[in-house]
Amino acid sequence: MTETNTPVAREPIVRIRGLNKTYENGHQALKGVDLDILNGEILALLGPNGAGKTTLISIICGLVNATGGTVMVGGYDNVLEYRRTRSMIGLVPQELALGAFEVVENTVALSRGLFGKPKDAEFIKNLLAKLSLGDKAASPVNRLSGGMKRRVLIAKALSHEPRILFLDEPTAGVDVELRKDMWSVIDELRADGVTIILTTHYIEEAEAIADRVGVINAGEILVIEDKQVLMEKLGKKQLVIELRNTIDTVPDSLAKHELQLSADGSSLTFTYDVRSERTGITTLLNDVQAAGLVLKDLSTSQSSLEDIFVNLVKADA
Amino acid sequence: MNVEAIKAIYAAEMRRTRNTLMQSIASPVISTCLYFVVFGSAIGSRIESVEGVSYGAFIVPGLMMLSLLTQSISNASFGIFFPKFTGTVYEVLSAPISFFEVILGYVGAAATKSLIIGIIILITASFFVDLRVAHPVWMVTFLLMTCVAFSLFGFIIGLWADNFEKLQIVPLLIITPLVFLGGTFYSIDMLPPLWQKISLLNPLLYLISGFRWSFYEVADVNVVLSLSMTAAFMVGCLIVVWYMFRTGYKLKQ
Repeated sequence: MTETNTPVAREPIVRIRGLNKTYENGHQALKGVDLDILNGEILALLGPNGAGKTTLISIICGLVNATGGTVMVGGYDNVLEYRRTRSMIGLVPQELALGAFEVVENTVALSRGLFGKPKDAEFIKNLLAKLSLGDKAASPVNRLSGGMKRRVLIAKALSHEPRILFLDEPTAGVDVELRKDMWSVIDELRADGVTIILTTHYIEEAEAIADRVGVINAGEILVIEDKQVLMEKLGKKQLVIELRNTIDTVPDSLAKHELQLSADGSSLTFTYDVRSERTGITTLLNDVQAAGLVLKDLSTSQSSLEDIFVNLVKADA
Repeated sequence: MNVEAIKAIYAAEMRRTRNTLMQSIASPVISTCLYFVVFGSAIGSRIESVEGVSYGAFIVPGLMMLSLLTQSISNASFGIFFPKFTGTVYEVLSAPISFFEVILGYVGAAATKSLIIGIIILITASFFVDLRVAHPVWMVTFLLMTCVAFSLFGFIIGLWADNFEKLQIVPLLIITPLVFLGGTFYSIDMLPPLWQKISLLNPLLYLISGFRWSFYEVADVNVVLSLSMTAAFMVGCLIVVWYMFRTGYKLKQ
């Protein structure tokens, strides 16, 4: 897994300004999205179904026409200079879309050709080996398992050696083992200098591999932040006070702290916001002492990205 | 120009043809042979020659056109419909490739396949009837233009269709009747005057007539007109495809 959470370089490789998309049925999928994707980073876009994640990716890649706004990739406009921008981008779509009758190496070679790269059997052989598909090169894609198909899609997306890789829900419907496998593939790609943008439903995925996390809901980016900063900035922390002697109820003098008593009466949990100037811990501990409770141990835990995400989306609704 | 992309699409499409060789090549050849046996030999032997050409030989250009048109349309329409149906079209749409390059790849492959079928039918026909080609250069010109024009037309159908029924409906309900009524099996001179005039509204009559002229110098309409109509149809189709790609019609939202 990723050890450092600092992107290699901080220049944006994709610059999105005021991006709007209204579909023919009137649905406004994107509402003036501004977003910079930094060179060499792994950016996770989190959001519920219908938040606009796929629309955003599709516009950058040229699959959907924007209603307004601009997308610059590597300094080039993605509509006016689509040849340059698309050459830099690889896309792994959400659906397992693969031609039924092609064999693996041919379908990957087709992708490479489509992006204007000359045939290179050696490169494709190495790419397939890297994605544990070495022994499947001559297999028809329709005989592969779902996980293998997903790998073929990644191989296709990487066949033209893109600088930016979009993974739309790469691990949706994939078992735990394969998901971890996929994460290590992504990690290796990042090590090769590929900028990776992934959309996901799985918070743990973003938490495990992303450098930055963007939360998108109802066509708007609610927050985009370095993962650690985001968690520190928005995260709630919990202080668990373990007591030497069990109690039945929380003493009235501690009511203002809104403590939660564990079922066995042996610990009290205090939730506080790290963003606030005063966390209230000192007062709490003084009050606990004044109430005559004897402490056995103290521990703190930070809320997960999932909690942050749920809170953000709830607040937006 | 993204030459590698054109080559890649062309190669993939030709590979698809090879994988379905029986269906792609054998079936049109067999059905054309049946036409020869039934109309050329069995019924044709009782029909007098048409404008100095034996009936069996007379129908060869028409039969070739019948196969070329239906095959060009079905190859090209399926070629682009299938990626749309399976979702793999995303790759073409996200690739650094222009509409013209996409067409060169898909339509080029469909036209090549039709051309191969046309040549096979011509060779097969030579076993049944005494064939002569008066203007080989014009014959090849008509052959090529037909393959390209109707592959383009098929491509449009493939882009337009969003289900299998739509894919079949134009070839079945429009093209096949027009080919049959366009003088595949007869000269329009054989028709009553009114129907002769009505037949002139059938664009495929010009194609079949011109093609037949290149064989036997017998034509229902002026050959220059035939050539112009075919060229106009081809250009028309090209404009429609260009428009479809430009607006993203049924491809992009």
